[in-house]
Amino acid sequence: MIPEIGHYALVLALCIAIIQATLPLIGAQRGIPSWIAVAKPAAQAQFFFTLLSFVLLTYAFVTNDFSVKYVASNSNTQLPIQYKISAVWGAHEGSLLLWVLILNAWAAAVSWFSRSVPAQMTARVLSVMGMVSIGFLLFTLITSNPFDRIFPVPMDGRDLNPLLQDFGLVIHPPMLYMGYVGFSVAFAFAIAAMLGGRLDAAWARWSRPWTQMAWVFLTIGIALGSWWAYYELGWGGWWFWDPVENASFQPWLVGTALLHSLAVTEQRGIFKAWTVLLAIFTFSLSLLGTFLVRSGVLTSVHAFASDPERGVFILMFLLVVVGGSLALFAWRGPQIKSHGKFELMSKETALLVNNILLVVAACAILLGTVYPLILDAMDLGKISVGPPYFNFVFIPLTAPLAVLAAFGVLARWRKTDFMDILKRLKLVLIAAVVLGVLWPLSVSGGVNGDLTLGAVFGGVLAAWVMLSSAYIVYDRARRKSDLLAGFRSIPLAFYGMTLAHMGIGVFIAGVTLTSLYSVEKDLRMAPGDVYETNGYQFRFVGTKGHNGPNFHADRGTVEVLKDDVVVMTLHPEKRIYTVTRMPMTEAAIDPGLFRDLYVALGEPVGQGDAWAVRIYHKPYIRWIWLGGIFMGLGGILAASDRRYRMGAKARRTAVLKAPAGGAEARA
Amino acid sequence: MKQLKFILPLAIFLALAVVLYNGLGKDPKLVPSPLIGKPAPAFQLTTLSDAGKTISPADMKGQVWLLNIWATWCTTCKAEHEILNVLAQRGGMKIVGLNYKDDRFKAQQWLRREGNPYQVNAFDQDGRVGIDWGVTGTPETFVVDKQGVIRYKKIGAITVDDARDTIIPLVKQLEAEAA
Repeated sequence: MIPEIGHYALVLALCIAIIQATLPLIGAQRGIPSWIAVAKPAAQAQFFFTLLSFVLLTYAFVTNDFSVKYVASNSNTQLPIQYKISAVWGAHEGSLLLWVLILNAWAAAVSWFSRSVPAQMTARVLSVMGMVSIGFLLFTLITSNPFDRIFPVPMDGRDLNPLLQDFGLVIHPPMLYMGYVGFSVAFAFAIAAMLGGRLDAAWARWSRPWTQMAWVFLTIGIALGSWWAYYELGWGGWWFWDPVENASFQPWLVGTALLHSLAVTEQRGIFKAWTVLLAIFTFSLSLLGTFLVRSGVLTSVHAFASDPERGVFILMFLLVVVGGSLALFAWRGPQIKSHGKFELMSKETALLVNNILLVVAACAILLGTVYPLILDAMDLGKISVGPPYFNFVFIPLTAPLAVLAAFGVLARWRKTDFMDILKRLKLVLIAAVVLGVLWPLSVSGGVNGDLTLGAVFGGVLAAWVMLSSAYIVYDRARRKSDLLAGFRSIPLAFYGMTLAHMGIGVFIAGVTLTSLYSVEKDLRMAPGDVYETNGYQFRFVGTKGHNGPNFHADRGTVEVLKDDVVVMTLHPEKRIYTVTRMPMTEAAIDPGLFRDLYVALGEPVGQGDAWAVRIYHKPYIRWIWLGGIFMGLGGILAASDRRYRMGAKARRTAVLKAPAGGAEARA
Repeated sequence: MKQLKFILPLAIFLALAVVLYNGLGKDPKLVPSPLIGKPAPAFQLTTLSDAGKTISPADMKGQVWLLNIWATWCTTCKAEHEILNVLAQRGGMKIVGLNYKDDRFKAQQWLRREGNPYQVNAFDQDGRVGIDWGVTGTPETFVVDKQGVIRYKKIGAITVDDARDTIIPLVKQLEAEAA
């Protein structure tokens, strides 16, 4: 009975979505207040019913209701409770439900937190989100109903994929989806603005905090995914240019471009058409990512072709959403008026360059991700484009971004003198070069020996981004007579931007140092064997059998010694999950701000107790994710700037009071 | 004129959609590789096992051989590797590897772990030779005849069917030809 209620709640949500997509839109176009007023309660009701449906599916998991096919395929009585809950989004049907739930959560949030936005605008936004929701609810109900029953009812479930039985995977998909789907708000604002013919600075200001929050979630989600891959896959890598990763990275890149272009549109009232296009592009890439991951096209194009129902549905949906919004753009675009001139040397140009580089990088990654799929679809064979391609195109496109960030921040609107900025940053540049050489040297110190050109390049770049960001804040605070008052006068948004830029620097430092100075050893170790690297001695003590709730494991013991004293004991495991018979490598990691020690068990070698043991020393690897955290925090700070929270009335008076140079101070 | 600018994104999108849709229904075998029937592009590279030695296609003159492009970062190559092992051990094929944009140490380790079907491996670290051979990704495999002419090319992993139905008969036929 309970699963049927869940199913029914989804159908109700669909009915409400249809109302939400139509009435408020017609009301807004024709000026019927009572129809406009439908939008907010409809969004909240839709959220309630999808939430109900989601809770009931979770209930089916927690109570081991194996008469539900989805539960039987993805859970097991022995599965620990936290993984029973996360198993709800462990496979296709449930993650779609999560997608819809999050979409409706965003819509409900828009209905609650946009009091300063005119009701007409909100109605249009919610109506566009309702349309997207119709698509996904139909998709769930027609092709992937999580509440389908199975008969005869199995005695026990097939268990959750062991790869997903992990804390990282409990929170990674929800975060990622929050980001993906969050861009639907920016998209809906853009479409609503085109429908209403009101593409002005106010529109950009309304959609900015939403875009920033979506971006924050996506950033954190990607960082979590990378962290998970690092410790769970047992390879010690943190990014594989895997199509699933690329699917989340493309909207991130274009979304980052959107953030910057929204800033220009808000402050200067230009780039409007471009910003709208970016909003459409970002959300389209989110949808494309969902298609790539959810249609099965990645595992095998042929499996996709033999059961094309799902894939074809998403493709058609993609066609309608992208084609429809671009058609609207073609129709309404010519009415967009951008006034405001700027010289070649200006902040506008700097941000334009930022946008172009980011979009080109996203296109290059899109090409590398989709090209093998197209080849495969045309029966030309399976190929891997692989990391060499991605690194080759990505690094030259994004390194200039890091170089130019400081110039873009310091540049003035309309007209600026970049040579003058360079003069101001001269000392910072010198400091960055010195630090950029010393830094890799301090890591390579003796063990890996050489200081390569790549290390210096990455080191200087990282130091440059961090130092210049810090300098810019100091420089701005210095203008006030009292430094402390100066720091206090800087708006929160500016701190947010600075923190996010610093995050880029921290990230570059992590990538450079860990990829150039990691020690990675695959060894055959018998009990008592010792391996020494970077001042640490790893002594393999041996392995012991060990039983977990739903797995058996060989549990290794590796003692780590420094100067002949045991400083820590690591326990890497090799697990076999009882139901799925899947072997899993649980690496043992001693994390540190400046280095990770990473030990993983391979296979037993030969007779006796010898094992293949993998020992890594990875300097600065934490900085990769630390950079992501900085960026995320920066985004939160920026989105919580008080100018977004002011009511429409308060803002009007504030604008009247603001001095003429106010615009620059807000950058 | 101004209108046109705004229609452009839609036009590009629709054009892409049409091309992709048509492409999905086309028979790819109608588009032959430009390299087939042409002499194998020359190169001179160090071998994977020994940076002091070099290898060139000219060394294989008078023999029928396979050039297989692979890398340790390529997951598809791992799946193909078993088939190459069988081709080399039981089929007696002469396979030359082109280790593409890879790390010498990792590649040597991989061969020790997965078995080595190659007579010799050329080490193409920067991918220059790959460009001459028109490599778009890994793995790819070429069959070269006794005169040094490319007779067959497979983009992507060799399947058991490819090996049984195409490669093995082709190599037998080519070996029967006069040098």
